Amino acid sequence: MELSLTTRTVAGHTVLEVGGEVDVYTAPRLRERLIELVDAGARDVVVDLERVDFLDSTGLGVLVGALKRLRTAHGTFGLVCAKEPLLKIFRITALDQVFPIFASVEAATERDGSGPAS
Amino acid sequence: MATVRLSFSPAPVHVRTARLVGVAVARRAGVAEELLDEVRLAIGEACTRAVALHRQYGLTDLVTVEMSDSDSYTVRVIDHGPLEASVGLTKLPPDELADESLTDDALTTGVGFALLAGFVDDLQVRPVEDGSGTEVRMVWPVTRR
Repeated sequence: MELSLTTRTVAGHTVLEVGGEVDVYTAPRLRERLIELVDAGARDVVVDLERVDFLDSTGLGVLVGALKRLRTAHGTFGLVCAKEPLLKIFRITALDQVFPIFASVEAATERDGSGPAS
Repeated sequence: MATVRLSFSPAPVHVRTARLVGVAVARRAGVAEELLDEVRLAIGEACTRAVALHRQYGLTDLVTVEMSDSDSYTVRVIDHGPLEASVGLTKLPPDELADESLTDDALTTGVGFALLAGFVDDLQVRPVEDGSGTEVRMVWPVTRR
């Protein structure tokens, strides 16, 4: 399935809903969209991975890039992911210790929910 | 003997094709359904690594994926990059993952290797027997039906 990217605002957070496959071919589009959002002034960003079918190291690299960019901009960055296969990817790479990961968009967008991007 | 052999030009768009073929052959070979997500991810990571190496060194040679199901399901992903490019593949510790000094390429390589090592119990990275390049060899058990 092709990559889909949809942006909405929830409780003052910019939520980027990602769907389909994030791999070496599609990840550059995700990177561009995240850079556009930060350049346009978004500072509290949540990436919702609930509709992602496939995520590889290139996609993970893009997410780390966004975390660093928001850290530099004194913003916050969080992920929404409750699917066990994806959570396993974060555990194996130890990126579960790097990203704030939430089970729902509601949890991620609560006041101070995503915490500082550090 | 390879049951299925696929060669593709080193372009990111073809990695998805390799994943799809790899999983289809795995299913046909009798790899357990619950392992297929891991097979898909591991073949994708090995091919992504090969494509990245070819692009880094300006190689237009095809990347080859060989799938064989003799006693187990064995997948070999063969690149033609210089051997030294495969030295130093290692899993990154958590405190370095989001470090500012780590380049995006280094991060993706380290994370990709962590995924390969984490998802494939039987994994070997070794030089190809003739010429330049490395082979990533992954083996999964099959259940005969």
